[in-house]
Amino acid sequence: MDSIIGKPIDRKDGPLKVTGKAMYAAEWNIPNLAYGITIQSTITKGHINNIDTSAAEKLKGVLGVMTYKNAMQLHTLSGSDPSSGKFAEKDLLPFQSERIFYNGQHIAVVIAETFEVAEHAASLIKVTYNEEKPVFDINQPEAKIYQPQQGLGGTQVQVKRGDAEQGMSNASTKIEQTYNTPVYHHNPMEPHATSAVWNGDTLTVYDATQSVFGNKNAISTMLGIAPDKVRLISPFIGGGFGSKGFMWANSILAPMAAKFINRPVKIVLERTGQMFTCAGRRSFTIQKINLGTDNGGKLTSVKHETTSETSFVDEFVEPAGVATKMIYATPNLDITQNIVRLNKGTPCPTRAPGEAVGTYAFEVAMDELAEKLNIDPVQLRLINYAEKNPDDGHRFSSKNLKECYEKGAQSIGWSNRNIKPGSTKEGNFLVGYGMATATYPANRSKATVRLKLYQEGNAVAACCTQDIGTGTYTVMAQVMSDALGLPIDKVEFKLGDTIYPQGPNSGGSQTMATTGPAVRAAALTVKSKVIKLAVADKKSPLYNQTEDAISVDEGKLFVTSDNLKGETYSQILTRAKMPLVETEITTNVSTRETQKSESNPTTKQGGEQGGQGQQSGGQQGGSKDESKDNPFVKQDQDLDRSNVAFHSFGAQFVKVLVDPLTCMIKVDKVVSIMDVGQILNEKTAKSQIMGGAIFGIGMALMEGSVYDENTGRIVTRDLADYLVPVHADMPTFDVQFTNVKDEFISPVGARGAGEIGITGITAAIANAIYNATGKRVRDLPITPDKLIV
Amino acid sequence: MNIKQNPSGLQANGFTLPLSLSINGKQYDLNIEPRVSLLDALREYIGLTGTKKGCNQGACGACTVLVDGERINSCMTLAVQYQGKEITTVEGLAEDGNLSALQQAFIEHDGFQCGYCTPGQLCSATAMIEEFKNGMPSAVSPDVASEEFEFSEKEIKERMSGNLCRCGAYVGIVEAIQEAFSNKETTVAHETFYL
Ligand code: FES
Ligand code: FES
Repeated sequence: MDSIIGKPIDRKDGPLKVTGKAMYAAEWNIPNLAYGITIQSTITKGHINNIDTSAAEKLKGVLGVMTYKNAMQLHTLSGSDPSSGKFAEKDLLPFQSERIFYNGQHIAVVIAETFEVAEHAASLIKVTYNEEKPVFDINQPEAKIYQPQQGLGGTQVQVKRGDAEQGMSNASTKIEQTYNTPVYHHNPMEPHATSAVWNGDTLTVYDATQSVFGNKNAISTMLGIAPDKVRLISPFIGGGFGSKGFMWANSILAPMAAKFINRPVKIVLERTGQMFTCAGRRSFTIQKINLGTDNGGKLTSVKHETTSETSFVDEFVEPAGVATKMIYATPNLDITQNIVRLNKGTPCPTRAPGEAVGTYAFEVAMDELAEKLNIDPVQLRLINYAEKNPDDGHRFSSKNLKECYEKGAQSIGWSNRNIKPGSTKEGNFLVGYGMATATYPANRSKATVRLKLYQEGNAVAACCTQDIGTGTYTVMAQVMSDALGLPIDKVEFKLGDTIYPQGPNSGGSQTMATTGPAVRAAALTVKSKVIKLAVADKKSPLYNQTEDAISVDEGKLFVTSDNLKGETYSQILTRAKMPLVETEITTNVSTRETQKSESNPTTKQGGEQGGQGQQSGGQQGGSKDESKDNPFVKQDQDLDRSNVAFHSFGAQFVKVLVDPLTCMIKVDKVVSIMDVGQILNEKTAKSQIMGGAIFGIGMALMEGSVYDENTGRIVTRDLADYLVPVHADMPTFDVQFTNVKDEFISPVGARGAGEIGITGITAAIANAIYNATGKRVRDLPITPDKLIV
Repeated sequence: MNIKQNPSGLQANGFTLPLSLSINGKQYDLNIEPRVSLLDALREYIGLTGTKKGCNQGACGACTVLVDGERINSCMTLAVQYQGKEITTVEGLAEDGNLSALQQAFIEHDGFQCGYCTPGQLCSATAMIEEFKNGMPSAVSPDVASEEFEFSEKEIKERMSGNLCRCGAYVGIVEAIQEAFSNKETTVAHETFYL
């Protein structure tokens, strides 16, 4: 049997996407739909003095204007766990007061028969403010810097090990540098959008979100209605990259507006302005790094101090030091995180929050150190290679980073790198090579999957998780196909609707690693049920065989040692007069350090999962959870993971060309060798890694948001001013995988690949630019002007 | 497909006008305000939501459609400009339910992830191939007066740079275009010269 696991099969949802039939949040054909347009504050701090909506309301076709004066009261949210619903700005529930915390805060929704009328009416609204002096820049004397207790989901952001000061004074070689990264905006191509339809007291929401279940929970809590009164639908999401991970105001304003005018309402954020103020961003970082080594280049001490920003209405930390604590072995470590509250919207996770910018600064510092030590940068990493997780001494679930360095160096032609920077030319261009380590945690959490195998010989599984372009529809079908022994076109995976049992949110690269094992266990459970039917049935050619003597391929069950003895799923179910066989399975394994103790080992929890009410329920729950004493669940959950650290690794190698006259930089080649466990689909996995690398090219060379120095208003407020990589910026890519099955993460053996691709790449580019030019730019993005001076 | 007309109150006020658009070979009769963009007419009034709105200001290419075979950003134009023209959207690229060579190649080369930029990329590439065949040079064409261009990766990237893909499916997109093109001809004669 040739397994479909790993095969580069085409995306299952491909035909829908190339014909325009995939339905995104703003595209549902909803009868009687009205259009909501939001208006934002034009001051940065203060109070609304008055909103004059009279002219707008008089306009023909306007159905209402919702402001803090007439909006319904919302209930506050308590939890900060993204999987159970995380509203991005907990202290700024929309339209509950006249206070303004930042420039671009939503203050009104104009609702009209058409988009055009709504836009026109929005222009007629007059707002006066009582302005106060805002703090929007860290350099203002009023800016208060403090040390946060923890990061998202309880991540440790202040970490000390050994004695960093002592380690530094013992070092024979030291470097100290400060690196700056600007504010980045996610800019998924699909703007955030929500349509809301009330039917009596039940609500249907079509939303663009990376957390379908989470948004449903948050919406029901904020509205003060039971969770089972809300259905959230989001089968296709036009990219998220973190901006759709937390819930933003549009998701609650649409239901509020729909109630307000008693008609379905759609709200779509405008790219211009709104996507830059009301949909999150990555905070700037200022990162001070000290490295000390002995004569041989072994790190004796590491210090990494980060300062990032948050808002006055919530706390989000960009923890740039998070990877530093485990990336290399060092006895002495000091990770410090500072944060400043500013009159800006709240930042939120952006593809590899912490790691993306943290590995930039740290891996450039390593490059600087290598130069000072006169050691090859790859060699320096090998000298400090961590065989065990330096953070807790635990073994890694699977780490094959040396192989990544080796293959990467070979593919880029590392031996061509001239150790003397600024001294090699290819034609008219200066050429440079750079490298860096990539790393990202291998997260896994809880998922419930319902699976039905039909008499017709096809199977459908459902789990309320997301496919944000990551390939969930396809790779989960591959897991089903493999476990059931059915052809890929006979299996279907459904997601993105809260009528299905709850799965993970798409954050922290956990979707596939979390959902995959649950899909597998459900598929094996159903297969086992059918085999049990057959071996007990005298009419079956499989009668009296033992269960483990039977294999399945292409929908046919047969005796492994005698493949002529067998019959199909269809034949067995038809004879048994069963239209279908089904199951519902929950797997719950946490690989996060902060939560491991709660769920590992999980023997006793197996039976409890079905009973966790709405979490696993779904509204049309037909089957009951069968996880208790389930051998496939036990096999997975009983594995002792208490002394295992879960991380993915990789090596990024880059070749750049720099025009010595104009200082234009061209990334010529990117080599990403990734160690992310078993690859489920080589095609979609490669796409994820390339996508991450392209984000990294943007960070390195062109992206960065600018705020007005006098008002705190964002200046780069559209895609004409905020540059992202385009076709012409593309290098050639070589993406490879170690493809080593991770026996600890799950029986599927796969770790996530959505975020690791963005880590290390920015540093590798910056290091290559230094190698090409001899100029070390420590403020991103590295634009030609910075090389000319 | 139920076509959304403007509510009667607006029509009575004389704000709307009758308009007939030919899209994917089908005639659509509308009664809409002259300020409705072609993009919004497609998505909000006709219900052809395959064409995407990414920026509404001509910066992303997600809204690309073909008008008489040429690519335009439909967000930057008004629907009333296109009476009597033949509009093709992503929904019209497949013929009789058969995907076009380009659509098929996009799937095979994973020329998308989230799929939101895809309709724009497909329409843009479809017209771009025609532009190339008609001998239209680009900023990277080595010699604009030459009789022949090579349909190189560089040419494709340059000519497709108006279509952003935040997921970064660019490599697959270019491979797909190359494949769809090479199934026709690799080098084309320089027929007409546009400036
Ligand atoms: S929506 Fe028209 S170019 Fe972006
Ligand atoms: S596929 Fe997501 S933006 Fe291109």
